[in-house]
Amino acid sequence: MREQGRSTPTPGQTVGPFFHYALPYDDGPRLAPPGAAGTIRLHGTVYDGAGAPVPDALLEIRQADAAGRIPRTEGSLRRDGRFTGWGRAATDAAGRYAFTTVEPAPTRDGAAAYFAVTVFARGLLDRVFTRIYIPGPALDGDPLLTALPEERRGTLVAMRDSNGGLRHDIRLQGDGETVFLTFPGHDG
Amino acid sequence: MWPMTPATQRSISDEIAQLHAAAEPGETRTRLDFAPYRSSTLRHPTKQPLAVDPEEVELAAPVFGQSDVDPIEADLTLHPQGEPIGERMVVTGRVLDADGRPVRGQLVEIWQANAAGRYVHKRDQHPAPLDPHFHGAGRCLTDDEGRYRFTTVKPGPYPWRNHDNAWRPAHIHFSLFGREFTQRLVTQMYFPGDPLFPLDPIFQSITDEQARRRLIATYDHDVTTHEWATGYSWDIVLTGSHATPMEEDDHA
Ligand SMILES: [Fe+2]
Repeated sequence: MREQGRSTPTPGQTVGPFFHYALPYDDGPRLAPPGAAGTIRLHGTVYDGAGAPVPDALLEIRQADAAGRIPRTEGSLRRDGRFTGWGRAATDAAGRYAFTTVEPAPTRDGAAAYFAVTVFARGLLDRVFTRIYIPGPALDGDPLLTALPEERRGTLVAMRDSNGGLRHDIRLQGDGETVFLTFPGHDG
Repeated sequence: MWPMTPATQRSISDEIAQLHAAAEPGETRTRLDFAPYRSSTLRHPTKQPLAVDPEEVELAAPVFGQSDVDPIEADLTLHPQGEPIGERMVVTGRVLDADGRPVRGQLVEIWQANAAGRYVHKRDQHPAPLDPHFHGAGRCLTDDEGRYRFTTVKPGPYPWRNHDNAWRPAHIHFSLFGREFTQRLVTQMYFPGDPLFPLDPIFQSITDEQARRRLIATYDHDVTTHEWATGYSWDIVLTGSHATPMEEDDHA
């Protein structure tokens, strides 16, 4: 039941197959200039329930900067060197996405750092939320991760790749299904 | 795309009717698992989402401003070589959160088929004409009352390959942000009285009729302009924000 006086939210609908000429843009995945000091690649593949790549998904990320501050800065659509902490990437024909960004630091002492993520796709009737955690000792104290059974925890934690970047796959369904999140007030 | 013999509209409609009959009234959210929309079969999560309280980064929506969006991007009928064919229309409304507060200065993006039901997209194979003067994507920022406004042409319905003789009701895709990252919404706006509503598994993936109706714009003669364009109104309600009103006033 909804709280008194609250309106029912407008329902979502799938992003469909034809979003590519409207939503993605060249600088969408480039939160920080590629090759600049301190930048990393955050990349991976989106899979469906049969283990096939999803070539028509869209990811958005929101993050803190390398000092743990959350930018409240415009300029994500026409980037001018300011770090806005928001990016958007479509998957390619092989279901892969890639962002160039800085690694977020925790927003509070001792907390775990993560990217907040929204996933859209043809066939996905509404957006889903998840997180991509930075691997490290801080994860042991994270309330969300510790509430999860061991075998599902890994679906939220990125792997360090050989270039110092972060690799993270998203599985919409089935074996190793990514943990998706719901926030208070989202259940209608 | 669908490997077996395509289902008939009648069997898809039967599946929809069965799922609706079994649904609880008041289920206002879109179902992710809705088999009549065949592409959802392998793309819906099967586990219950984990309920969490949003943390700092999830409480902070991305910020967009004048440097991101040119006001002319709200007029989809502007084209250097000429005007698009079709019924010129204005669509306007407010973006509100669940507590009725306007979402100010925030990004709204739209995309749509042309008047013939064709998208400017390499994967759209519908043998309907492209319009050299219509691209079909626009964006704007909401004003201080949370209001957005676009000028465009009315999109046509279009066929798709979900089942045999499948047609989507005419719609405009909308992408919306709130004050928080958690308020993100992508949806579709439909037009009143469309005969394709009962046949469409995407629209019908919302099992509650009242909730479905929230996606249908209203013809609004006060938005219609003399000898220029017809007008539609459509308000959008995002999920509630989690910050207290006082915290939000500080940021306003
Ligand atoms: Fe569409």
